[in-house]
Amino acid sequence: MNRVEAAAKNNDQLFIPYIVAGDPTIEVTIDLARVLEESGAHILELGVPYSDPLADGPVIQAAANRSLQEGTSLQTVIDTVRQIRAAGIQIPIVLFCYVNPILKYGLHDAVKAASEAGVDGWLVPDLPYEENDEMKKTCNEYGNVLISLVAPTSNERVKRIAKEAQGFLYCVSSLGVTGVREEFDSRLDTFITAASESSSVPLAVGFGVSKREHVARLHTQGYGAVVGSRIVKEIEKYETMLRDPHQRSKALLQIKTFVQSLVSS
Amino acid sequence: MAALEELEAGLKEALVDDAFLAEYEEVLREYAGRETPLTYAKRLSETVGGAKIYLKREDLLHTGAHKINNAIGQALLAKRMGKTKIVAETGAGQHGVATATVAAKYGLECKIFMGEKDMERQKLNVFRMELLGAEVVPATSGSKTLKDATNEAIRYWVSHVDDTMYLIGSVVGPHPYPYMVREFQRVIGDEAKRQMEQLPDAVVACVGGGSNAIGMFTSFLDEPTVQLYGAEAGGKGIETPEHAATLSKGDRGVIHGSLTYLIQDEHGQIIEPYSISAGLDYPGIGPEHAYLKDEERVHYEAITDAEAIDALVKLTQTEGILPAIESAHAVALALKKASTMNRDQSVLICLSVVETKTLIRFVAY
Repeated sequence: MNRVEAAAKNNDQLFIPYIVAGDPTIEVTIDLARVLEESGAHILELGVPYSDPLADGPVIQAAANRSLQEGTSLQTVIDTVRQIRAAGIQIPIVLFCYVNPILKYGLHDAVKAASEAGVDGWLVPDLPYEENDEMKKTCNEYGNVLISLVAPTSNERVKRIAKEAQGFLYCVSSLGVTGVREEFDSRLDTFITAASESSSVPLAVGFGVSKREHVARLHTQGYGAVVGSRIVKEIEKYETMLRDPHQRSKALLQIKTFVQSLVSS
Repeated sequence: MAALEELEAGLKEALVDDAFLAEYEEVLREYAGRETPLTYAKRLSETVGGAKIYLKREDLLHTGAHKINNAIGQALLAKRMGKTKIVAETGAGQHGVATATVAAKYGLECKIFMGEKDMERQKLNVFRMELLGAEVVPATSGSKTLKDATNEAIRYWVSHVDDTMYLIGSVVGPHPYPYMVREFQRVIGDEAKRQMEQLPDAVVACVGGGSNAIGMFTSFLDEPTVQLYGAEAGGKGIETPEHAATLSKGDRGVIHGSLTYLIQDEHGQIIEPYSISAGLDYPGIGPEHAYLKDEERVHYEAITDAEAIDALVKLTQTEGILPAIESAHAVALALKKASTMNRDQSVLICLSVVETKTLIRFVAY
């Protein structure tokens, strides 16, 4: 079984952190992968930085810019995953990548290279369900899953998307882009219930999940939690220390404590 | 996607609703000032010494650009679909002004996203939009220009789809936008074709996203004797990195929900294009233009900043018509083509935008 599928199936309190690869440097990304694994993450969502990240709010946009300034590309991220695996880190990895870098690399070549490096799945936020045939087929050919996103506005599409979901079904908690939020959209419960009725895989909720109470609430309801911007914000806070080899381990420890505080009940 | 499906359904109904179409035509006539004249540019033609040159005068429309055709169409559609707020992106400010104008006319709440850099470059248009009652929101992400304003408008729209309609200004974005904008712009070519005594031998328009060009070309696509030419922004030359010649120099990619030609780097990151015209510096191009290029139905050529300025001066001094620099790109390409043709032949130019905003910058030249 694919590592993402196994992790989603075997953990009823699924915790999926998101970071941008190369933020602030590739070396730090490898360290962070280890820290997140040790903090109890079940799947790592690794963002490939993009010049025009339409689905992302300001926090992740800024992280992508930091990473792009370091020269990070899809190739670099694939190479980073290879290093993560070489360092003995086992956590299942899903690449969160906009479609254009994949097309430029060559869809087939990208999926193949990533799979060989140790990637377990892909999430392509700007590739709608109606257009994802080739990507899905290629992912499956290389033993990867293609994670699907559904939003409260997906309406009757929710059923169709949920039915064919692989690994876990990523439910967008509210309208709009990624980012830290205080409250969830009021329609969340109805929408998630509808999604879970049709889904053959576990659900994970993301976009705006930023507090221990959010994570706890989702876990109590039996859903996984994806935390992105809030963790990326923490990485931003320690950027200078993370870049300094002498202070890095101290910063990593701070981040670890923070991430653990998100999931400890 | 749901919002796009809703829009597609709403558009489909509207385009077969006689009352809707009648209202659209009436507003174009009584408010926007259609039909626009066709001007024979006699002295300019004589200077070139080749084909006769005709100008389709979209520059004479209310707000000074073809953008109002589309803004009226989409605002009427928003009203028909029960949306009370509209949001739009703008580069140079023409589409922003057109949108703010129809928002004022129909009492719709209006937000315009504009790159912070463009707001600085186009202060007068920012002032106009605000005077019209629109809120101009600076896009501070990325390169702080048109593509980022579009990103921000899309981000805002997906957060507010319930009561908000997104008015895209060009034939770009996800379906049904390129189709819808074409339908609201094709009045340009339909009229021009009627006004010409006989079919022109060549039709020329400038392309940024490509809305005035599609509006002009659509009526002539099925006329095999008519050569179609699109003038892209060649900036400082397409051999330099500073241009916006998406079709001449770009390659296949996805931007704002369209698979098209794109100016991008080797890793698929979008590169901010350059043009002297803030109306042409979009890194993508309407997907229909990408198709027409591949089919070789339309020929796209790059015009440099210097060639555009030269054409602007020539048209102004021979005809007393001062076009915006984006439209001067079309004039420049038309002059090149006309000079190789004979006096019995004719060239039709879409003069899409009047000069109102950037003139002061030419003092530097």
